[in-house]
Amino acid sequence: MEQSNQPPGRRQPDAAPTFGHFRNVRQQFRLSAHTNFVAIEDISFDLKAGSFVSLLGPSGCGKTTFLKIAGGLIRASSGVIQINGHDVTEPHADFGMAFQQPNLMPWRTVLKNVLFPMELRGDTGAGVRRRARDLLKLVGLEGFEDYYPAQLSGGMQQRVALCRALVHEPKLLLMDEPFGALDELTRMEMQDLLLDIRAKTSATIMFVTHSIAEAVYLSDVVVVFSKRPAVIADYIDVSLAYPRSAEIRYSAEFTELEHRAGRALGITQ
Amino acid sequence: MTGSAHRLIYPLVGFCVIVILWQGYVEFAHVSKIVLPSPADILQVSWQRSDLLLRETVPTTLESLYGFALAVVIGIPLAVCVVNSRILNLALYPILIATQSVPKVAIAPIILVWFGLGMQSKLAIAFLVAFFPIVVDTATGLQATPAGLMELARSLKASRWQTFWKVQFPAALPFIFSGAKVAVTLAVIGAVIGEFVGSVNGLGNLLLSANSQLDGPLAWAALVWLSVLGIVLFLAVVLAERLLMPWAPAAHH
Ligand SMILES: Nc1ncnc2c1ncn2[C@@H]1O[C@H](COP(=O)(O)OP(=O)(O)OP(=O)(O)O)[C@@H](O)[C@H]1O
Ligand SMILES: [Mg+2]
Repeated sequence: MEQSNQPPGRRQPDAAPTFGHFRNVRQQFRLSAHTNFVAIEDISFDLKAGSFVSLLGPSGCGKTTFLKIAGGLIRASSGVIQINGHDVTEPHADFGMAFQQPNLMPWRTVLKNVLFPMELRGDTGAGVRRRARDLLKLVGLEGFEDYYPAQLSGGMQQRVALCRALVHEPKLLLMDEPFGALDELTRMEMQDLLLDIRAKTSATIMFVTHSIAEAVYLSDVVVVFSKRPAVIADYIDVSLAYPRSAEIRYSAEFTELEHRAGRALGITQ
Repeated sequence: MTGSAHRLIYPLVGFCVIVILWQGYVEFAHVSKIVLPSPADILQVSWQRSDLLLRETVPTTLESLYGFALAVVIGIPLAVCVVNSRILNLALYPILIATQSVPKVAIAPIILVWFGLGMQSKLAIAFLVAFFPIVVDTATGLQATPAGLMELARSLKASRWQTFWKVQFPAALPFIFSGAKVAVTLAVIGAVIGEFVGSVNGLGNLLLSANSQLDGPLAWAALVWLSVLGIVLFLAVVLAERLLMPWAPAAHH
C-alpha cells in the first residue's frame, strides 16, 4: 500500500456536473417541550459528480449529523437536500456508508460481512462474490475471507467495512471518520488505499474528518464547518494534482492549504 | 493455553483437597454413615447400586430436558412477540415478572393436583422455572442490538423482517445462550422439587426414600448423581453454544 498506483490525469472536478445540492440545511433537535438545540445553522454547497469532498470541523459541530442528513438517515429540520436530482428523504440503494466504527457483524465471516448489502438485495451470485473478493484483495485482505471480525485488527476491520460500503457500487460514498480510531501509520496507509480505490470507482465521496492534514491530502474540496451551530467557515478548493503520495505533505502548497483550513477553524492566525 | 489449563487444574486440586479432608474427618471422628457418609462410601454405593441409580436418573433427566425444551420452544417466540409488539409488551411483561415472584415450591402441590404423579407434573414445574430466564434474557438480547448495526441495516434499506433475522436475532444469541445455561440448571432443580412433592420414581424420589430409611450413603449417592446430571446438561448447552456460535471467543467462567 506504500506505492500509490492511481492513474494520472483525473478529469477536472470543476468541469463535472453537479451531483449533490445542499441549500440552507438546518437541523435542530428537540430537547424538551420548550428547548430546541440547533446543531446545524445553515449549510449550503454543491457536490460535483465524482469529486472527493471532506467535511472538516471541530468536535460536536454537526458533521455526523450533516452526513446522516445527506444519507437520508436523518430528516433535516429545513433546507434542500438533493442527490442526483432527487430530494433525499430516506437512505437510497445507490448510497454506501462507512461509519466511525467498523460495525461488522461478529457472527459473519469477513466475506459474508462484505456481501451483506448484496444479500439484502437477494443477489449473491458468482459475479457478486468475485467482486467482493476483488475488493478484499484490493485492500490487502486476500486470504482473510473466512476469518471472523474478532480475529482481525482494528485497521483490518475498517478495511472490511470499506469493502462492504463499496460492494454494491454506490454512486455516493459517505464516510464518517472511518480512520479516526487508527494509529497514525495505519491511518496514512488507509488514506493512500482510499485514494487508490477512489481512482478505480466513479463514486462521489463525502468524507468527515477531524484532521486537517487528512482532509487536504484526500480531497478535491474541503468544506470547513464552524463551531456549533454550524455554518460554512471556508470552502477550500484543493488544487494539488492527483496522484498524490506522502511527499506532497511536505510541499509548500500543502502547508499553505493546511494553514488556510487552520485559520478557518480558528486555530491559526 | 496455560490460562485454560489453570482453569482446569485449580478447581480439580481444590476438589481433591476437600474430598481428602472430608474422608479424613469422617474416619478420625467416627461420624455415623447416616449423618455423613465418607466420599469412599458414596463412591462405593454409587458403583454397587449403579443399576438402581441409573434407572432413577432416566425419569429425572427426561423431566428436566422436556421442561427445558418446552421453555425454549415457548420462551423464545414469546420474547420475540414481547419485543416486537408494544401492546404485548405492556400486557404480558408485568404479568411475567409477577409470576416469577411466586415461589415454585409453593405451586408445586397445585401442579401435582392438576397433572398427577406422573411425568407431566415434573415437566410442568421444570418448565416453569426454566421459562423465565429464557424469556427475559432473549428479550434483553433482542433489545440490546448495537445501535451501529441497526443504523447499518437502515442505511441499507433492510426490511423489518431482514433486520430481525439477519441482525437482531443473531446479535441476541449470546444472551439467549446465557439464559439457556441458567435455565437448564434450574430445570433439574424444578424436576427434583416436583419429585419431592409427589412422585413414584426419579432421583429426587430415591433421595427421599433413602433418607427415610436412614440409608445415608444411598441418599448422598443420589445427590452426587443429581449434580452430575446438572453438570452434564449444562455442558451440553455449552457445547451447543460452541457449535452454533463458532465466531464467539471461548467463554470465560
Ligand atoms: N439525536 C440527537 N439529539 C440531540 N442532540 C443531538 C443528536 N445528535 C446529535 N446531537 C447534537 O448535535 C451536535 C452535533 O453532533 P454531531 O454528532 O453531528 O457532531 P460531530 O461534528 O460529528 O462531532 P464529532 O466530530 O465529535 O463526531 C452535538 O452537540 C450533539 O450533542
Ligand atoms: Mg461525528
